[in-house]
Amino acid sequence: MDTKYIIGIIVAIIVIVGAYLVLAGSGGGQEETITIVGSTSVQPVAEKLATEYMKKNSSVKITVQGGGSSVGIKSVQDGTADIGTSSKSLDADESTGLTQDEIGLDGIAIVVNKDNNISGLTTEQVKGIFTGEITNWNEVGGSDAEINVITREEGSGTRDAVQEIVMGGKNVSFVDGAIVQSSTEAVQQAVAQDPNAIGFMSYAAVSDTKALEIDGVAPSEETVLDGSYTIQRPFLFLVKGEPTGALKAFIDWVNGSEGQAIIKSDKVVPTGKEVNSTS
Amino acid sequence: MPKWDEEFFIEKGLLLTAVSSIIIIALIILFVFKEGIPAIESTGFFSFLFGMDWAPTKGEYGIFPMIIGTLGITVLSLLMAVPLGVFCAIFLAEIAPSAMRKVLNPTIQTLAGIPSVVYGFFGLVLLVPFMRLQFGGTGFSMFTASVILTVMILPIIVSVSEDAFRSIPLEYKEASLALGATHWQTIKNVIFPAAIPGVITSVILGMGRAIGETLAIIMVAGNVVQIPSSIFDPVRALTSNIAIEMGYATGIHYNALFATGIVLIFMIIVLLVIANYLHYKKKVTMGGGYL
Repeated sequence: MDTKYIIGIIVAIIVIVGAYLVLAGSGGGQEETITIVGSTSVQPVAEKLATEYMKKNSSVKITVQGGGSSVGIKSVQDGTADIGTSSKSLDADESTGLTQDEIGLDGIAIVVNKDNNISGLTTEQVKGIFTGEITNWNEVGGSDAEINVITREEGSGTRDAVQEIVMGGKNVSFVDGAIVQSSTEAVQQAVAQDPNAIGFMSYAAVSDTKALEIDGVAPSEETVLDGSYTIQRPFLFLVKGEPTGALKAFIDWVNGSEGQAIIKSDKVVPTGKEVNSTS
Repeated sequence: MPKWDEEFFIEKGLLLTAVSSIIIIALIILFVFKEGIPAIESTGFFSFLFGMDWAPTKGEYGIFPMIIGTLGITVLSLLMAVPLGVFCAIFLAEIAPSAMRKVLNPTIQTLAGIPSVVYGFFGLVLLVPFMRLQFGGTGFSMFTASVILTVMILPIIVSVSEDAFRSIPLEYKEASLALGATHWQTIKNVIFPAAIPGVITSVILGMGRAIGETLAIIMVAGNVVQIPSSIFDPVRALTSNIAIEMGYATGIHYNALFATGIVLIFMIIVLLVIANYLHYKKKVTMGGGYL
C-alpha cells in the first residue's frame, strides 16, 4: 500500500518538474526579456515603446513596471531591472555605474478646472498657492473662492519636480490642507470635478483639465524644447554599464526615428541623447 | 498495517493544513516586526506613536493623526452601518416574505463582491462632488470615506447577523408567542438578546474590513496628515499611508511604513480580544451547550 503511494508521488513529482523544465527551457531559449522598472510618469510612454518594439521584434519580450523613479534607480543598480526609468535628474551618488539616456523632456502642467477663469499665473503665484500664502482665487485675479490645492504623495517624481522647480527645494512644504492623490489620473479627476482646485501633472496627461500659462508661456512641445516653459524634467532610461545585445538594440531603436515618433505622439518632447550627470 | 498508515497520513495532513495558517501569520508578523522595529527605535516609541508630523523627506515620522484618521473613519462608518445592517438583518430573518428575501439577499451579496477600487472610483466621481456641494470644502473628507465604507461593510453585517437571527431555535420564538407576546416584543426581548453574540461577530468582521480597507479610502479621504477638526476634514488612514508611499520608500522611511503596519496589527488584535470577550460574556446557555 505505502509503496504504491510513494511510487505515485515520485512519478507525479517527476512529471511536474519535467514539464516545468521543458516549458521554461523552450521559453528561455527563444526569447530575450527586457525588464523596465521605474517612474510612473515614464511608464505610459515606455509601455507604448515596448508594445511597438515587440510587434516588430517578436523574439524580444519587454515588461514594463512602475514603482517610482527611486525604485527605477534602485532596481537597475541591483540588477533586478534591465532598464530603470527616472523622471528626475540623478545626483552623482545615484548615477554611479549607470549609462543615462534621456529619451525626452516632459513639461509639467499646472492645471485648474475648465470652468476656472484664470488662464495663467506667474511662477511666484504658483509657489504662493502651493505653499499656502495665497488662499483665495481673487488674490490672483480670479473669482472670490478658496483655492483647493491637490498634490501628489511624497516620493512622486512629479511632486519632486514641482518642489524643485517651482517651490525652490525640498525644505519648502506644501500647504497643510493640501489634498493628496496617489496617481495622475486621481489628480485629474479631483481637479476636473472641483472648480476651485489646482493641481499638477505631466503635460502629456492633461485631458479633462486646463493647463495654465506660466509666466506667460503655455506648455507645448516647442516651449518645453526651447526651455521657455520652465517647469520641465527629463525622462531617463538607465542601464547598468554599457548596454549590449538586445538591450542595446532596443535603446538604439528608442533613440531612432521610430522611437522618437512614438515618444512625440505621447506629447513628450523627444531628445534622445546620452547625458552625463553633473548635479 | 496499511490501515494505520492511511489514518496516520490523513491525521497529520489535516494537522498540517490547520497549522499552516498559524505558521503563515507568524511569519508575516515576524517579518513586519523585523522591518518595522528599526523605525520605531530610531524615532522613539512615543514620538512615533504620538508624533504629530509625518514628513519623510525631513525625517519626521509621527503617525498619531493617522491613528485618529483610521479610528474616526471606522467609528463613523460603524455608526451608520451597524443600525442599518442589524435592522436589515432582522427584517430579512423575521419579517420579509420569502419572495422579497430572494431578491434582497443576492443584491446584498453582490454589494460584498464589488471590488473596492470600483467603490473608490464611484466615490471619487460622484460622492466627492456631491459632498463638496452639500458641505463645502474639497469634498474629500473623513465623512465621505465613511459613507463609502458603510456601503462596503453593510453586506458583512447583514449576512452574518441574519445567520445569527436564524440560528435561534424555533422553541424560543414559539414559547414567547405562546405567552402572548407580539412579534415585535418577541424580536426585541427574545430573539435579539439571544442573537447578540452573532451580531457582535458581524460588527467585528465589519470593523476589521473597515480598518483594513485601503484603496477606496485613498481615493476619497484626501490623505492629508492632520487631526481633523470636523468630520468634513480630509484625513489619512494608516492603511492608506502604507499603500501611498510604499512604492517610493527607501531606508528608514520604508521601515516606518512597516512600523505603521505593526500599529495596525495591534489595533486588530486588541479589537479581536475585546470582541471575543464580549462574545463570551453574552453567550446564552441552553440545555447542555452554547448558542
